[in-house]
Amino acid sequence: MLELKNIVFNAENDGKNVGILRDISLTVEDNKFVVITGPNGGGKSTLAKVVAGIIKNNSGQIIFDGEDITEKSITDRARMGIGFAFQQPVRFKGMTVVDLLRIAAGKTLSVSEACEYLSEVGLCAKDYIDREINASLSGGELKRIEIATVLARDVKLALFDEPEAGIDLWSFNNLIRIFENMRKDRRGRSIIVISHQERILNIADEIVVIADGKIVKKGSRDIILPEITGTENAVNACSRIQ
Amino acid sequence: MIQMDAVQKRLFQEVADLHDIPEGAYNLRANGQAISRNTTANIDIQSKTDVSGIDIRIKDGTKNESVHIPVVLSQSGIKENVYNDFFIGEDCDVLIVAGCGIENCGSQDSEHDGIHRFYIGKNSRIKYVEKHYGSGDGSGKRILNPVTEVYMEEGSTMEMEMVQIKGVDSTERTTIAELKENAKLIVHERLMTHGQQQAGSIYKVDLRGDGSSADVVSRSVARDDSYQKLDLCIIGNAACSGHTECDSIIMDNGRILAVPSLEANNIDAALVHEAAIGKIAGEQLIKLMTLGLTEAEAEEQIINGFLK
Repeated sequence: MLELKNIVFNAENDGKNVGILRDISLTVEDNKFVVITGPNGGGKSTLAKVVAGIIKNNSGQIIFDGEDITEKSITDRARMGIGFAFQQPVRFKGMTVVDLLRIAAGKTLSVSEACEYLSEVGLCAKDYIDREINASLSGGELKRIEIATVLARDVKLALFDEPEAGIDLWSFNNLIRIFENMRKDRRGRSIIVISHQERILNIADEIVVIADGKIVKKGSRDIILPEITGTENAVNACSRIQ
Repeated sequence: MIQMDAVQKRLFQEVADLHDIPEGAYNLRANGQAISRNTTANIDIQSKTDVSGIDIRIKDGTKNESVHIPVVLSQSGIKENVYNDFFIGEDCDVLIVAGCGIENCGSQDSEHDGIHRFYIGKNSRIKYVEKHYGSGDGSGKRILNPVTEVYMEEGSTMEMEMVQIKGVDSTERTTIAELKENAKLIVHERLMTHGQQQAGSIYKVDLRGDGSSADVVSRSVARDDSYQKLDLCIIGNAACSGHTECDSIIMDNGRILAVPSLEANNIDAALVHEAAIGKIAGEQLIKLMTLGLTEAEAEEQIINGFLK
């Protein structure tokens, strides 16, 4: 279980101190699929990075499985079972897909095991396993590999920061399928996805709306989704090309 | 055959992946003298009479054979110049493994300067692997100044893998190549320097024949207080295509000077160069840390991948 207590994060902007996260408190129970939505610049991605330890909150407490992890490093949190999929996955010259999956799994992964993770994200394993994670991969391919690294880790809490950003519509449809599968086969893990996408919101157990650094709505999908449908907090995939 | 000691065995393993006596043709050299040699029906090895070194002659049509000619120095204070010439016939397909390992636990400098010349016949394909490695904790320096010259006839292909990852204090690597019609040169260089090491790497590739091409890619890492100068030059004297790439990571106080250069002397020469130097990207470290690695482990993985 993840508990956020009064999380505050301020950033300097043009010499002014701007509140990015302003007193956020939130509990994510085990085995839940939670989608965090809200307008751009509202603080969603920052919150996910605070949970993973990539951004250090100025005040407030983060409790994970009963332990205070506020002062723990990215590495420590990862080892405790927090996984993070980046909005913009990084490339590694020379490193191959199987190398990265092995690092993620923390063990020597057989090729067939690595292939399973790739199949789960809809990539034909034998075409990708030895590919370098460099500029030759498309945004959609990178994104799926990024997700596979989280799947390979067997985490207790998986965070996905705007998984749909920067991918084409065709890849987006596949992406939804990946999340639907993950939801079905949760293996006891909790999943937090940062997304505006209606189809991802549609499979959430709970929805949290963050705007201007604060939680403005939270609750079960049945209650929240009707309230936000048709707003910028719940867009359909085509809205980007309309 | 002279027995190898444990140090020599380890050095042979590092530079030529040799766990035992290799198959095919070979010439193993340790501390300034040949300790073992084997020739085959198609590949002959003879000692030179005027200078130190060997002539390797490969018959026309030799395919799927290999030649290993690694060198190790395990005594402090040895300084040698060795000339090895490869005369490769037509229509061959051969793997050549060279390399030098120096273990210097003494106070005197050890130096091996190998001059390799390749004369590659028409339509032959050669894969050449050269690894350099140094170890030992003596104050004497480990110095390697390899010179490689490649002369390529029509339609021949040379793929070179040049690796120097550890332990060589000072190196000046010079590689020159001349390519005739439709000859193709591919070079992958991997270089890592640390401590106070100094490394210079010079390539001069002359594309003389129409349809010739060269792809010279150097990846390097300079750590601690080390310094590298990478000087990659392609000259297009015909309707040819050439590409050079210097891609480097600097760490600590490491310094790198990359000087890629192109010279086009023919209107149909298409030449490209790329060069990039930078530290490891912060996002790369963070990504690997979110997978459970410490910062130092993440750095190692990134470097390993980069130099693979």
